[in-house]
Amino acid sequence: MAVLTYREALNQALREEMRRDPRVFVIGEEVGLYEGAYKVTQGLLKEFGPRRVVDTPICESGFTGVGIGAAMVGLRPVVEMMTFNFALVAIDQIVNTAAKIHYMSGGQYRVPLVIRGPGGPAAQLAAQHSQSMESYFYHVPGLKVVRPATPADAKGLLKSSIRDDNPVIFIESETLYNVKGEVPEDPEFLVPLGRAVVRREGTDATIVAYMGMLYRALEVAEDLAAEGISVEVVDPRTLRPMDAETIIGSVRKTHRAVVVEAGAGFAGMGSEIAAFITERAFDDLDAPVERVTGANAPMPYARNLEKLKTPSKERILAAVRRVCGANGG
Amino acid sequence: MAKAVPRERVAPGVDAELARKLLGGMLLIRRFEEKAAEAYALGKIGGFLHLYVGEEAVAVGASSVLRPDDYAISAYREHGHCLAKGADPRRVMAELFGRRDGLSKGKGGSMHLFDRSVNFLGGHAIVGSHLPAAAGVGFAIKYQGGDQVCVCYFGDGAVPQGEFHESMNLVALWKLPVVYICENNRYAMGTSTERALAQTEIWRFGQTYGIPSERVDGMDVLAIREAVGRAVARARATSTPSLIEADTYRFRGHSMRDPAGAVYRTREEVEREKQRDPIVLFRTRALAAGLLTEDEVRALEKDVSDRIDEAVAFADASPEPPAEWLFTDIYTDGSGEA
Repeated sequence: MAVLTYREALNQALREEMRRDPRVFVIGEEVGLYEGAYKVTQGLLKEFGPRRVVDTPICESGFTGVGIGAAMVGLRPVVEMMTFNFALVAIDQIVNTAAKIHYMSGGQYRVPLVIRGPGGPAAQLAAQHSQSMESYFYHVPGLKVVRPATPADAKGLLKSSIRDDNPVIFIESETLYNVKGEVPEDPEFLVPLGRAVVRREGTDATIVAYMGMLYRALEVAEDLAAEGISVEVVDPRTLRPMDAETIIGSVRKTHRAVVVEAGAGFAGMGSEIAAFITERAFDDLDAPVERVTGANAPMPYARNLEKLKTPSKERILAAVRRVCGANGG
Repeated sequence: MAKAVPRERVAPGVDAELARKLLGGMLLIRRFEEKAAEAYALGKIGGFLHLYVGEEAVAVGASSVLRPDDYAISAYREHGHCLAKGADPRRVMAELFGRRDGLSKGKGGSMHLFDRSVNFLGGHAIVGSHLPAAAGVGFAIKYQGGDQVCVCYFGDGAVPQGEFHESMNLVALWKLPVVYICENNRYAMGTSTERALAQTEIWRFGQTYGIPSERVDGMDVLAIREAVGRAVARARATSTPSLIEADTYRFRGHSMRDPAGAVYRTREEVEREKQRDPIVLFRTRALAAGLLTEDEVRALEKDVSDRIDEAVAFADASPEPPAEWLFTDIYTDGSGEA
């Protein structure tokens, strides 16, 4: 084990996979000479050269399409979106082409493509550069969507994504790049896609949370432990395919669920998770599932308003108390 | 019997075998499309059906200079490109019928033909969206050190899209072995190039990006063959991209829902353009040059007609895809509901 930042873990994953498989290459804006807008690709140009670390002009649709075409005929591209906000420029390529080629061709062509970059709420970057992007993608059959919260998951899930034969949307976070954690050094360390993890065990309520919200949920669990409320925290890690089994299993144990997400609540990830918990574990529930979500508003710039947009620790605390109180707890 | 024209009057290097191949290829597409229109009228084909009638020379001329390991990719009026690349007409027709023996198991339909066995990379129906993918195929060829070429067909309707310009820029910047062939049939659905493009001489956009570009008579299969042949040779030898604008015309409507096409173009114009029918023009030339005899042409027509009848029979006989196929091929590991 080595202690690495989330950023370093991603860098290591890219390096290891590029060393392992000559078909893997990195393409995007400022990934080479500039070493990445967020330095995730630092040092890659030096080690692998411009053939495999490809700087592009600003044309997200164009270079995403290049990745798709290259993937169809045998390469394994890792397309970097400088930030995931820019992936909307390429959303037709992602949704109408990458996600559907395998199906529309009756399984003849595969698109082993990773599209990665930071997304989610950041610090005072305002409406166009600070937003949760996963909902645009997890709705689409054919895409896999990954949101890793820890350095170890960042590495293990990125490596699995690169080895996956399907298009994978891999959304990191500006606010997590400097988070440190223990990361296995074994080049065969992989975290499988589609498997959630119980981050903290508990018996009274389940919080489902990912990315930055996971850390907030863990703080809440710690605070409530002092009050004698035992909270289990589940991190889905992959949003599609969703590991419903692990979440349902936890809810069957605790009988109460709070789902947290940074993005806007309307038709968000929380809606889906709350729906399947209710459909599949209704008889196990001692209280209605609570959702704590981002406000249904664009991200404001002003610091005070920005703070109101994203779920606070206090709101999560209150929700857990409510579901526990519903059973007199 | 028409007076024999010296062979060089047809084109140097065109022998009887090639003439038969080119004429047969165009006839096959024409007959296929006519049968598809009949099947559509009978309700055997649903959805959108965009016929290639009138434009056959482009696909056949271009494909005639490609190797089997070269790639082709196209938009939604792609039956001709797919057939010309070598796809089995039976499986193409079965795909149009939505049957299990279709190229894509009936899941793609008319607009999404794919045939990996002949390196045909699809049928893409969002206008302009496949042009970047073609650049990606060129990128992969260069990355892998191969000498294949990717031919990318698209219509004049894709030219005002950003992806056309992004793709021209990228293939020029990176010197990728891609030959872009714009089939300028003058109308994007019902919008004429004059109403859509500030620069209606589409080949000139290639000049802007510094890549070899030319305009060619899209009704002359030999002219297409020569122009694309030059571009393919350039791409193969020096990884140079090209833009070719083929001046062509679709004799039928945009789709089966636009059968007459009389609102945005005149009947006189359509009748005038039919005088440039690429099949009639080439047949006349080949007969006049003595490359083919009337009997040989009749035999060719009979053979093509039989093959297409067989394709229809094959499609008719093929069962519908089983219900469980709704969820197969979404992910490569077979997982359906994610």
